[in-house]
Amino acid sequence: MPLVQITSPHAHTSQSTSSVMMLVAIATLPGIAALTIGFGWGTITNIVLSIIFALALEAGAVSLRKQPIEFYLRDNSALVTAILLGIALPPYASWWIILTGMLFAIIIAKHLYGGLGYNPFNPAMVGYVVLLISFPVEMTRWPAPLELVSGLSTSGVSKPTLIESFGIALRLIELPSIDGFTMATPLDLLRQNDALMISDLKLTYPQFGAQGGLVWEWANLGFLIGGLFLLYRKIYTWHGPVSMLVTLSLLAAIFYDGGSSNSGGSPMLHLFSGATMLGAWFILTDPVSSAVSNKGRIIFGAGIGALIFIIRQWGNYPDSVAFAVLLMNFSAPLIDHYTQPKTYGHS
Amino acid sequence: MRKIWDIHGGIHPPENKAQSLDHAIESAGIPAQLILPVSQHIGAAASPIVQVGDAVLKGQCIAEAVGPVSVPIHAPSSGTITAIEDRPIAHPSGLDDLCIVIDTDGKDTWHQPPSTRDFTQLDKATLVELIRNHGIAGMGGAGFPTSIKLNMREPSSIKTLILNGTECEPYITSDHVLMREHSRKLAQGIAILAKLVQPEEILLGVEDNKLDVVAGLQDALKQHDFSALTGKSTSAEVITFPTKYPSGGEKQLIEILTGKQVPTGSLPASLGIVCQNLGTAAAISDAVIDDRPLISRITTVTGQAVAKPRNFEVLLGTPVEYLLARSSYNASTNNRLVMGGPMMGFTLLDLTMPVVKTTNCILAPTEAELPTPPPAQACIRCGLCAEACPASLLPQQLFWFAQGKELEKLEQHNIADCIECGACSYVCPSNIPLVQYYRASKAEIRQRDADMQQAEHAKLRFDARQERLDRLEAEKIAARQARQAKAAANKAAQAGQDPKAAAVAAALARVGEKKSALEAANNAPASDPIPAATLATDIDDPVQRAIAKRATQQQVDAATPAAALQRAVESAEARLEKSRLRLSNAETEQDNNVDAYKLAVDKCQSKLNQARAALDAHDAAQNL
Repeated sequence: MPLVQITSPHAHTSQSTSSVMMLVAIATLPGIAALTIGFGWGTITNIVLSIIFALALEAGAVSLRKQPIEFYLRDNSALVTAILLGIALPPYASWWIILTGMLFAIIIAKHLYGGLGYNPFNPAMVGYVVLLISFPVEMTRWPAPLELVSGLSTSGVSKPTLIESFGIALRLIELPSIDGFTMATPLDLLRQNDALMISDLKLTYPQFGAQGGLVWEWANLGFLIGGLFLLYRKIYTWHGPVSMLVTLSLLAAIFYDGGSSNSGGSPMLHLFSGATMLGAWFILTDPVSSAVSNKGRIIFGAGIGALIFIIRQWGNYPDSVAFAVLLMNFSAPLIDHYTQPKTYGHS
Repeated sequence: MRKIWDIHGGIHPPENKAQSLDHAIESAGIPAQLILPVSQHIGAAASPIVQVGDAVLKGQCIAEAVGPVSVPIHAPSSGTITAIEDRPIAHPSGLDDLCIVIDTDGKDTWHQPPSTRDFTQLDKATLVELIRNHGIAGMGGAGFPTSIKLNMREPSSIKTLILNGTECEPYITSDHVLMREHSRKLAQGIAILAKLVQPEEILLGVEDNKLDVVAGLQDALKQHDFSALTGKSTSAEVITFPTKYPSGGEKQLIEILTGKQVPTGSLPASLGIVCQNLGTAAAISDAVIDDRPLISRITTVTGQAVAKPRNFEVLLGTPVEYLLARSSYNASTNNRLVMGGPMMGFTLLDLTMPVVKTTNCILAPTEAELPTPPPAQACIRCGLCAEACPASLLPQQLFWFAQGKELEKLEQHNIADCIECGACSYVCPSNIPLVQYYRASKAEIRQRDADMQQAEHAKLRFDARQERLDRLEAEKIAARQARQAKAAANKAAQAGQDPKAAAVAAALARVGEKKSALEAANNAPASDPIPAATLATDIDDPVQRAIAKRATQQQVDAATPAAALQRAVESAEARLEKSRLRLSNAETEQDNNVDAYKLAVDKCQSKLNQARAALDAHDAAQNL
């Protein structure tokens, strides 16, 4: 039946939202691999449980909204949210932590605002911040890098296998003895430090690596590689991430203070510790909740970079990507208002 | 090498042009029936000047232009007019419109013997008239009457003549084959255009996927001495630039070739630029030199549902099904039929729809080629559309506002500058029909503006009516008060017992009279030729008062006939002025009563003439 009314354009690229989301999910793999190698299976258990909860909640929310479930699950957006929150949580997070986080991410932050495309805040970051504020103990209990755990083998801590890890995540198995198994993260140490020069700090604590934190520098490198892959695939533009990283580096350089005991840490330490690269390439690039124009994204990224440094340096939390992103999500409509690009033929 | 500029955005869809380029232009022949819509151009539809049953010859004018923004229609072949009626026409709306139907006789007899003209001997007005009378409208897409575009400005203000040979839409090759096979004719058309607009430079823009035509075009252009035609040192150049959709949009091409952006709401002429489509240049050459009206064009028939994709020289009015049959069309594999290209073309709902002056392509794709769009997913504001937009708009924001029907926001985000090229929809990963949202929103904005204008008009009329009613009411009240006061006074006088009370009543009556007189005076229309103050205030009843007033006036008139006549003239002048004002208002508002107002003006004019004549006669009599 050739005589149908379809409006132009008739041609279309093969790229779909589902495939974009899937690419984003795939691009997290190098970073996930680095985290898993560094911290053990805990990251994988986080992600697997997150995905299960996210898809179930998404399906539930979509069916309550009387929408076709399969059509919405196939856009892979819940999958990406789940992976990002799973990465952000401390490895071996308890199932109820993950479920609570996903409830806020999928139900509150996304579907109550109208579903994909209408959420003013990054769902994964909403889930993360709710958890961080509600359960500060659980949320700051990062396991020590496996490398260091083996060095502390006398304390009786073993490296859990994948099965054991799921047992831990479901709290069927108790976490190995807290003291040896968990450890302050490099950014924790940096924030608490007020006596040691940076060079001495690095010598004193084995959690620091060559540039950033041990494991963290590899994880950040992994997310950087994933981000560059997405940039190459034109999933997003360079404006947001580069602006954030440059701002963070500049501020770190200004407050480096030659590595004194008052130092905020070197730019490299900031770039390759905590969630810097994850935030730059996977969180602030969430198009739904960011500014829309390229100029707007530069401002958006710079704001996040500045807020990350400010909170890390003077705030109450060792890392701050989630807070920074949410605060700038608030500002996105304002930024959009003032950064409308010049239309053809307008002076 | 001349500098070229880049445009913002743009996309690189698969070109699919090779399929239809293998063959030379082929004549499509004469179909049994030609269907000619009277409106194939922008502006007023042409008006048929033939009757059903008339025999017409090829090239004969069958519908004449109505008003300046219009062009005539000519019979593409000889035959008999069998119908003048509404038929489905090639328009995105899918609506029917008036068409002249010719049953061809196959003889293809010309209306006049072929002749050739030397255009260099013709002056500008003659050239413009020839272009108009031969029915030439822009063949690029919009179909704007070419003579208007060429006649719009003093030629001295035009510096650059741009010929658009971009043909950036996938699949379409009609301009490509035209450049390949008719470079001489094109150069002639360009020379005629040069003589008309007298540019300092002539730029022929071609995308670099058509490099095979450049040498031929350059040679053909060398045959003409453009400086002699323009009286300036005019250069003519073929300029190639990278293939990118939509480089062929007029505004985009101007930016690519000159680095300038046409200011929003203005025409290219404001930058000293005139842009013409190549097909139009060829048609101009045919019209001016060979005296051949626009009765055929080159149309690409392509897509995987036709076995023989190629370019046809098609008589205007040829039904699409005839062309498809000539291209071995397979209806079973075709998933939609598009007139135009895959980016901006519109689907046809009837195979009998005719080829018109702007039909550059008939596209019959298969499902695999141009799949039916899947259901739209949510907009994730990924911004690919903003990257692709050649007008530097923010399509994702426009979509957001369009969904919420926030018309003011849409205007703030310059929706009017959207050229509907479809690049945003092409790249959208969520398959959102963005352009369709913008079309609908633009229509809503137009409707709102029209409604607002109408409301404004209604308000004016309401205010005027209200004012009139208030005035009448005030007059009524004043009259009533006067009557009451008088009655009270009479009563008091009759009673006559209490001189004090009588005095009070009399005073009240006087006050009432004065008041009513004053109000009546105040409320009388200012433009009334008879001053309100002359009203006979002693009389209460308005009718009585009017009679009395007239009687007084007549007495005065009888006493001073010259003054009376003078007054009549003045009054007639005032009435004429008023009716003229009403007419002009009606014309600007496009009121339905324009004719009635015209009649009223005429009547007033004749009355004024009579009054003047009477006054003159009187004066003459006085002077004797």
